[in-house]
Amino acid sequence: MTNLQVFTKGFVKENPTFALLLGMCPTLGTTTSSINGMSMGLATMFVLILSNIVISVIKNVIPDKVRIPAFIVVIATLVTLLQLFMEAYVPAIYETLGVFIPLIVVNCIILGRAEAFASKNSIFKSALDGAGIGIGFTISLTLLGTVREFLGSASVFGYKIEALQPYGMLVFVLAPGAFIALGYLMVLFNKATAKIR
Amino acid sequence: MEYLAIIIASIFVNNIVLAQFLGICPFLGVSSKVETSLGMGAAVTFVMAISSIAAYLIQYYVLEPLGIGFLQTIAFILVIAALVQMVEIILKKMSPALYQALGIFLPLITTNCAVLGVAILLVQKEYNLLESVTFAVSTAIGFTLAMVLFAGLRERLELADLPKAMKGVPVALLTAGILAMAFMGFSGLV
Repeated sequence: MTNLQVFTKGFVKENPTFALLLGMCPTLGTTTSSINGMSMGLATMFVLILSNIVISVIKNVIPDKVRIPAFIVVIATLVTLLQLFMEAYVPAIYETLGVFIPLIVVNCIILGRAEAFASKNSIFKSALDGAGIGIGFTISLTLLGTVREFLGSASVFGYKIEALQPYGMLVFVLAPGAFIALGYLMVLFNKATAKIR
Repeated sequence: MEYLAIIIASIFVNNIVLAQFLGICPFLGVSSKVETSLGMGAAVTFVMAISSIAAYLIQYYVLEPLGIGFLQTIAFILVIAALVQMVEIILKKMSPALYQALGIFLPLITTNCAVLGVAILLVQKEYNLLESVTFAVSTAIGFTLAMVLFAGLRERLELADLPKAMKGVPVALLTAGILAMAFMGFSGLV
């Protein structure tokens, strides 16, 4: 695979949310608005890139039998760093995302990339892979967040659309809306990419 | 009364899958048959009860006295992973029948965010030990309830004639949305 392919495959072909169906909990739980979805995507991308780099660096030192626990420790350390960082600099977002920030540890995307890619490839390629998959995840979350915010409270990225205010359907900001919006987005994705995949 | 409130809140009002979005992976992945979802639910209940006790003890007897509360995430995930392994080994020796029933689901639980989520939530909500266990067990019952209900619906869905792009996960998500809407009826109960 060329470097460009490694980088771009996460956008559509191996999009973690729509094609691989990984990391569903934060996808549904944090996308009440565009900003929240995007913050969660970026936070996950941060951990994903760094964990891919670190694991790629230490891949020859880790004995094969204990590699999964070792990966988990690396990921958990990075998540702790992220937690402290976010608590200090963006406390409002940290508060909104709540329990989903520590739960990045058990996000299957990150462990999946560590196992499937970073433990077998060079440092540069692993970083590219992390960035590509991370961007794919961020795009999906931002998209879902925008759809939910638009339908639920008739605003986009926090900007209210005055003319549509009376038509906001609150249910899309609440729990059922998350499932329904993601379900329909997935139908559209399947339709659109049926030929490529 | 306090305990009853915790039980009703965590089974119905704040159902872990349908209102808090934790443990979605097994919810979408495992729950296509009623029997397997019951098995998964039982395994999760078992592990959650034990891990909530472990999480409580670690938080208040190790992390806080030492002033290293920021290591919570690392400590909890390691303990839960080790605990699941241990439960698996002990069950295999002590009760082969139960191991047969739960066995295949146990390794899956380590990556189930609901277990880590409950451990973190019980610290956030400042529950005492008994409240923590009550919270963990009733959350797990809520999880099982959602899984079993959903599995029943999905068994029917397999027979439905759907457009190709909608088959599988998309229609499962739509069904889950309607189920979540039904569970919203419980809000305000506690």
